[in-house]
Amino acid sequence: MDQKIRVLIAKPGLDGHDRGAKIVARALRDAGMEVVYTGLHQTAEMIVETAIQEDVNVIGLSLLSGAHMTLFKDVTKLLNAKGLNDVLIIGGGIIPEEDVSKLKKAGVSGVFGPGTHCEDIVRFIRKNVKK
Amino acid sequence: MYDKKELDNIKRKKVEWNKECYSQHVKNRAERKKKFNNLSSLKIENIYTPDDVAHLDYDKHLGFPGIYPFLRGIHPTMYRGRLWTMRQFSGFGSAEETNKRYKYLLEHGETGLSVAFDYPTLYGYDTDQPLSRGEFGKCGVAISSLKDMEILFNGISIDEVTTSMTINGPAAIVWAFYMANAENRGISKQSIGGTIQNDILKEYIAQKSFIFPPEPSMRLIVDTFEYGFKEVPRWNTISISGYHIREAGSTAIQELAFTLGDGLEYVRWAIKRGLKIDDFAQRLSFFFNAHNDFFEEIAKYRAARRIWSQEMRNLGAKKDRSLYMRFHTQTAGCTLTAQQPEINIARVTMQALSSILGGTQSLHTNSMDEALALPSAKAARIALRTQQVIAEESGVTDTVDPLGGSYYIEWLTDKMVEETYKYFDKVEKLGGVIPAIEKGFFQREIAESSYKYQKEIDEKERIMVGVNKYQMDEPIEIPILKMDEKGEERQINRLKKLRKNRNNSKVDRNLSNLRKAADGDKNLMPFILECVHSYATLGETCDILREVFGEYTEPAIY
Repeated sequence: MDQKIRVLIAKPGLDGHDRGAKIVARALRDAGMEVVYTGLHQTAEMIVETAIQEDVNVIGLSLLSGAHMTLFKDVTKLLNAKGLNDVLIIGGGIIPEEDVSKLKKAGVSGVFGPGTHCEDIVRFIRKNVKK
Repeated sequence: MYDKKELDNIKRKKVEWNKECYSQHVKNRAERKKKFNNLSSLKIENIYTPDDVAHLDYDKHLGFPGIYPFLRGIHPTMYRGRLWTMRQFSGFGSAEETNKRYKYLLEHGETGLSVAFDYPTLYGYDTDQPLSRGEFGKCGVAISSLKDMEILFNGISIDEVTTSMTINGPAAIVWAFYMANAENRGISKQSIGGTIQNDILKEYIAQKSFIFPPEPSMRLIVDTFEYGFKEVPRWNTISISGYHIREAGSTAIQELAFTLGDGLEYVRWAIKRGLKIDDFAQRLSFFFNAHNDFFEEIAKYRAARRIWSQEMRNLGAKKDRSLYMRFHTQTAGCTLTAQQPEINIARVTMQALSSILGGTQSLHTNSMDEALALPSAKAARIALRTQQVIAEESGVTDTVDPLGGSYYIEWLTDKMVEETYKYFDKVEKLGGVIPAIEKGFFQREIAESSYKYQKEIDEKERIMVGVNKYQMDEPIEIPILKMDEKGEERQINRLKKLRKNRNNSKVDRNLSNLRKAADGDKNLMPFILECVHSYATLGETCDILREVFGEYTEPAIY
């Protein structure tokens, strides 16, 4: 049998909106993945450290405060610096269209906004995860 | 409420109608859905008649507006006398930019102000502290000192307009900024009016911008109650909020029950401090969400007034002002769609109408672009105009509690009261509100409801127009608010200059006095005011309290 996909759902920065992060965490768990949720108020260092400790294949970043351009990039930069190039990064939150392409360039492979069907996230991960 | 003979007749006819009329029709054409449940999963019947409300006593359970139990409204005249306050929650970028937006909204007929702060401010950090990285002005305005507060309200008559401030962990400090600014402008504390949210319990439960652990947080809140009724009598020292509980995914019943439960907890703490209920209770205010299920929302507001007045009377309140529940409403941000954003105007209209039919005192209507970014000026103006259309054109303001007496509304109102008391019992069994928070009770309840709601949408049991039905594959063409890119730099320079030019020995002395007072049990408000008057920053003042009180971290439950 395939090894289970391991996912870290993380809340970078000060943003307290955790509804989406919790829903996605549950949906991925219900889809058979191993899910670790960081809880709130994580720095990029904390997120990357947890990702290493938990040996995850996927990091899902959730941010609704509008600070995604800074805080998502902090995480992708640090992952690159640590040579963790095989971790799939996805993100979600209140993210205007014009930021989506910029985030993709910065290494956030999938960006999921309000109205996303949970199943779409599951499918995206299964298709793009590097194991 | 009905004569027994009449009631028996109605009951008999209802059975007859269901059997001979309704079910015959269903045989020919099945009902649209297998089950009709509202957003709290209550089963909704095909029709409501007098027998559904026969157990209610008009005087005891409904009464007249302005009279106990205030279910039909807190004022006798309601909107025949005065409309609700149109109060648009707004704030972004620097104090200068937000000041402009306030003037714009006031010019367009807004009647109250409501400040949205950015995350660093909500957590009591200055813009230049490391944890503030990336967040300056993003989901509200950055206010790091009295200086910023002066700019925020520059040219605005704060002796005339009232201001609500969504601030919780550092509420006492930000309130002190507002008071100090008023005093410096020669406006007395007695004459300013407004609200600080200051509701920490729902922060632990839902909104999550907490700083200190529960005990010292509650102490600070009771300090503001005490200081408020003595020194700033027109100020609402708390806005006990269900809004964020609902946005986090709760049902309407959970929103109602958890919010009122929190409210009663504050009252108990204040009484324990030795405050007299009729002194402070007059300045307690509430804040609810207006979600999609139109009648359920109306029933929720009405139920809230009945429960609050009953419970406050049980706790010994006598004055009307302590018994009746005043509340602000905001339409539900979580119902807005990024897809086809213009249709959000229709959603907001319905939601706003529900809160008005529910008797709100103040209202924020969301802008159509809020699932994408902070509102642009035009989107914010349309949202305000939505309220003005309801107020000026629809006629719903002409009579008090126009839906009172609807069998459905009265049944549902009463049902929500009943369900709320069930939650009160559960929380009591867990040892009260704070132990229930520490056990993750509310957090888990909310997570369950929000997951269920999402699944219903994913499975199309619930329809979101434009999301799981009537979708369109079109690019979203809506202008997004652009912030002044120089704002952050300007703010950091301002802070640097402030720290250099103020009397720093005075600041140090005031901060050290605050530390001593925090270690003891004196009311902290006068000490905080001294600090902010000397231009101690938000971060500096809050850090003193962090050192004394410690910080709260929550268990990560999903």
